[in-house]
Amino acid sequence: MLSVHAARRLRDFVLDVTLSVGRGETLVLVGENGAGKSTVLNLISGILPPDRGEITLAERTLFSSGERIDVPAESRSIGHLFQSYALFPHMTVSENVAFGLRCRRVPRPEVAFTVAKQLAAMHLSDLADVNVGRLSGGQRQRVALARALVLDPELLLLDEPLAAVDMRAQAAMRKELRDRIRNAGIPCIVVTHNLRDALELGDRLCLLEEGRVVADGTPEEVLGMRENGFIASFAGG
Amino acid sequence: MDSTRFRQEREVLRHGSRTRLGRAPLTLLIAVLLALFLLFVTLPVASLFLRISPEAFLRSLAEPVVLDALSLSLVTATVSTAIVVLFGTPLALVNARRDYPGRALVDTLTDLPIVLPPAVAGIALLMAFGRRGVVGQYLDGFGISIAFTTVAVVLAQVFVASPFYIRQARASFEAVDRLYEDAARTLGASPVAVALRITVPLAWSGLVSGAIISFARALGEFGATIMFAGNFQGRTQTMPLAIYTTMQGDLDAAISLAIILVAISFAVIAVVKVVTRRRL
Repeated sequence: MLSVHAARRLRDFVLDVTLSVGRGETLVLVGENGAGKSTVLNLISGILPPDRGEITLAERTLFSSGERIDVPAESRSIGHLFQSYALFPHMTVSENVAFGLRCRRVPRPEVAFTVAKQLAAMHLSDLADVNVGRLSGGQRQRVALARALVLDPELLLLDEPLAAVDMRAQAAMRKELRDRIRNAGIPCIVVTHNLRDALELGDRLCLLEEGRVVADGTPEEVLGMRENGFIASFAGG
Repeated sequence: MDSTRFRQEREVLRHGSRTRLGRAPLTLLIAVLLALFLLFVTLPVASLFLRISPEAFLRSLAEPVVLDALSLSLVTATVSTAIVVLFGTPLALVNARRDYPGRALVDTLTDLPIVLPPAVAGIALLMAFGRRGVVGQYLDGFGISIAFTTVAVVLAQVFVASPFYIRQARASFEAVDRLYEDAARTLGASPVAVALRITVPLAWSGLVSGAIISFARALGEFGATIMFAGNFQGRTQTMPLAIYTTMQGDLDAAISLAIILVAISFAVIAVVKVVTRRRL
């Protein structure tokens, strides 16, 4: 269970959001470009500190301005997938996936075993020794997901997870992604511009406008709000 | 792009004859300027090779003054480059990534030795670390003297060569996309691990070329060294100092040393080019 209340002054407006996501639940975050969707993910994963607020994940306080708690990003155990995937360009696929385990000083044989298992589960074994610069969009997405999931995160944050994936491969990747999220059984937040992502991945849909949550409900409920300009074009287009 | 080229071609067509005629003397002038300049740079270097026979060159290589200078130079320049890298890398990384009060001042101070005349650097170092210097007088109390020793050679080299590495390192660190560092942190890397496993490897080619340029600058150091470390064969007489000294008697030795430095300079340029072309 993730619960977030966080505020931060951005350039054009004050971002102020309150969200909660249950175990095994996927929340989809939609909104215009610049509405603060990616910033919300950065606040949760600890890349950016909120000005004030409180973030708790599975009974653990990650941030609290009142209690002066700010768990650093590296200790939050949150899997954060960036829009461009941010695969480390100087490493191979398996080195990328092993990165988090190495940082945790897991013994080498165990790292090799765990990474091999993860790569096999993600159908990446053939690419283990390939430099990440050679991968397609869909392969990059899987490597980024494998790199995060191998650490058994307590929360998954996905920023436009399918944006860099080939159009033709998107449907299959979406289905695969949904299964992975379900199997992980942890709360998940997905930022997307894509209606199909919202419908197929989301248990709940949140609409963000200028840093505020203006709608929060099941995808059907939120997409029914045709009086909202963004929803009208999002659901219509 | 296409439309501009089209427009340019049309212009050329319209003013064709005039432009082409008007440009011919200009092209010639630039060609002459270029040729003169290239000649001015290459002729003196070539003259070094023309003024000495291969036998005389090889004979000089065996002379103690040449060998002493060569080994001293290589050792001191290597040590000073190592010191510059050791201190300069964290400093460059902090200045590239963190904003703190006084950062601009730190940047200016690290650049200072580039614009400071070496003779000024030499006397400044003497005033600081000499026997009666601001720091040197206390060191003297412990029986430690720095001026006119090999340590002074290294200090002078570090002083003049450090900005070359630090500037390059900072620029290379700034060129690393922060997204990789953020991703590494969410995967559990501490700030030190992020620096060692992500930032430094991604900036690697820039760091290597910065270190090489810094090494070359240290190798060529003359002014500050002769003032602060003196000119004692085997202890403080580096190659540039040995060239200066032998020039007055044994010209062959001076030229041989110069040729070695030329060879090293070319090697430095070549290595930097190769390193910066590979990997991003």
